[in-house]
Amino acid sequence: MLRIAERTPASPRTRGEAKNSIKLMNTAFLIQLLVNGLVVGTLYGVVAMSFVLIYKATQVVNFAQGELLLIGAWVCWALLTKYGVPFWIGMPLTLVFMFVFGIAIQVVILRPMIGEPIISVIMVTIGLSTVLDAALKWIFGVNPQPFPRVFPSESVNLFGLQIQSVYVMSLAVSLAMMIGMAWFFRASKYGLAMRATAFNQQVAQSLGISVKNVFAMAWAISATVSAVAGVVVAVVNGVSSGLADYGIKVFPAAILGGLDSIGGAVLGGVIIGLLENIAQYVDSQYLHWGNLYEIAPFYVLIIILMIKPYGLFGTKDIERV
Amino acid sequence: MASPSLIPSGDFRTSYAADTTIFPTLKSRNFAIAGVILACLAPYLLSNYWLSISIQIGIFAIAALGLNVLVGFTGQISIGHAAFFLFGAFTSAYLSNNFPIPVFFAIPLAGVVTALVGLIFGVPAARLKGLYLVIATLAAQYILLDFFSRADWFSGGSVPASANPFSIFGYTFRGDRQYFYVVLAYLVVSFLLVTNLMRTRDGRALVAIRDHYLSAEIMGINLTKYRTLSFGLAAFFAGIAGALYAHYQLVISQEGFGIDRSILFLAMIIIGGTGSVMGTLMGTAFVVLLPESMEWISANLKGSAFDHALSLNNNITFLREITVGAIIIGFLMFEPDGLAHRWRQIKIYWKLYPFSH
Repeated sequence: MLRIAERTPASPRTRGEAKNSIKLMNTAFLIQLLVNGLVVGTLYGVVAMSFVLIYKATQVVNFAQGELLLIGAWVCWALLTKYGVPFWIGMPLTLVFMFVFGIAIQVVILRPMIGEPIISVIMVTIGLSTVLDAALKWIFGVNPQPFPRVFPSESVNLFGLQIQSVYVMSLAVSLAMMIGMAWFFRASKYGLAMRATAFNQQVAQSLGISVKNVFAMAWAISATVSAVAGVVVAVVNGVSSGLADYGIKVFPAAILGGLDSIGGAVLGGVIIGLLENIAQYVDSQYLHWGNLYEIAPFYVLIIILMIKPYGLFGTKDIERV
Repeated sequence: MASPSLIPSGDFRTSYAADTTIFPTLKSRNFAIAGVILACLAPYLLSNYWLSISIQIGIFAIAALGLNVLVGFTGQISIGHAAFFLFGAFTSAYLSNNFPIPVFFAIPLAGVVTALVGLIFGVPAARLKGLYLVIATLAAQYILLDFFSRADWFSGGSVPASANPFSIFGYTFRGDRQYFYVVLAYLVVSFLLVTNLMRTRDGRALVAIRDHYLSAEIMGINLTKYRTLSFGLAAFFAGIAGALYAHYQLVISQEGFGIDRSILFLAMIIIGGTGSVMGTLMGTAFVVLLPESMEWISANLKGSAFDHALSLNNNITFLREITVGAIIIGFLMFEPDGLAHRWRQIKIYWKLYPFSH
């Protein structure tokens, strides 16, 4: 998980000062956690966006989303450290690889499953995530690896807060990807074709859209976008198999936003990111239960399923016979 | 998913009783009885190693059977099965340690408690269709494991909890050889229960929901009720199996019951055949024997060039996971009805032997 800056304040002298500084420290701590939440949340948003993209376009619930993130990060790491490729070449190479990899997964594994019951398809992606996870551990080992310095590590002073430049970079990249995605769906031909397919496959087909290509493209784009998020996390925190957890956190985010709403996924991601950190704050200040950070999103998930199962922006599933 | 029953042509049933028999022919019934009798002799025929493996197969088969009711008969998925299994284990240990309840009663009680806990997670999802239950059980897996690591009074927290050995009316079962019969009894009872469930109105309602939930609803089947029932049953069997596991191991920790164990349970029923009761047993045996056989293979290959090239020994865990995942994918793509279907094909082949085409 992303962590921002150190949290230990300078030791205060007198009691009055101590009280004040604790209050100050608490506020500073809270603000730091909120910034942290925003950064992590936008990353969740990006991953959730690529998850929803696959779900919307191909009706596949992808349990291997986190592994796509991880593959992107490991490939980029291997290019940079093992082969000494500079970042500005390594990154595009990673993206090209992930694009091809996404298409390959779709064509080899998911295309034969078209028309099978939805639960079979879900189980295939569960199997896929097991295979990829173990294969990556086999190839790259289980130990976390530091990512080579890509950006100069400096603190930027933003509104009186010391924020490391990598976090600003992370936020900027996430926002850029969201804007890019919005542009893609609104203005580009492929994006329109994809939306048409998501709306109704048969009608899309009759309009001359190749649904096969759209499916492959959905996986390719989703894999690429996930890989970007993976590399961003890797740059900040190093590469480890824990990155795949992002694939699990996607579920609370996507359910909160509504499973088939891309904007909702982004918002859900940000909310979950903030919520994790607020839970962390409440936990460390008042409750002292420990580990609330990790588990809070899942409680939220259950609560959402109880009160608003189709999320904030999801379309309600109404069936007419 | 749907497994067509391969009834030979010319075999017509003229009464409901004939249509709902568990065993289609006298021979198959005799074979089943002979199988159980043979299993009763197993403790005296098998070595300790094989005995412990067959106990494991028995325990996991009960849990997998519960999952099969949910996945194979009702068409819902749970990926929190390992957490419910573990919950049953802890509950049974807790009940028999802290209350004057003999283990014999603690096991079914643990099943009931697990089913109730399962319903907390399952009820909100059971109202919805398709994938919502998967996601709710995903949350259940994490929340329950977090609860176990937190609740020292219940699960011992970081220290593994201890469980009493199985006892009934003051007689304590000791050792694998005696415990085998306990597991066998539970296994036979659970399999009979589930097979019989499929002959009742409730069982047929579950299958109707799987095949076409909309039509099922129109026919007057209460979707929420039956989805909840089936999820409760799945959790119940997971709890029973977990309790059996606890009193077999005598020590339980939450190590090894993460989400990959839940996926392993799914693998058991996919390999065995979703919606097939006997297939569950086959699939469980397959999944339990798979890591063992891989260990034999890697032990045999030790020192060979193959071993050096892949450094098999160090990576056997990863290789095992890859194999499990690949087998799940492979079965879903090429043999969606699992081993049970293959077995039926083999039987038909031999039934018509010289003219099998």
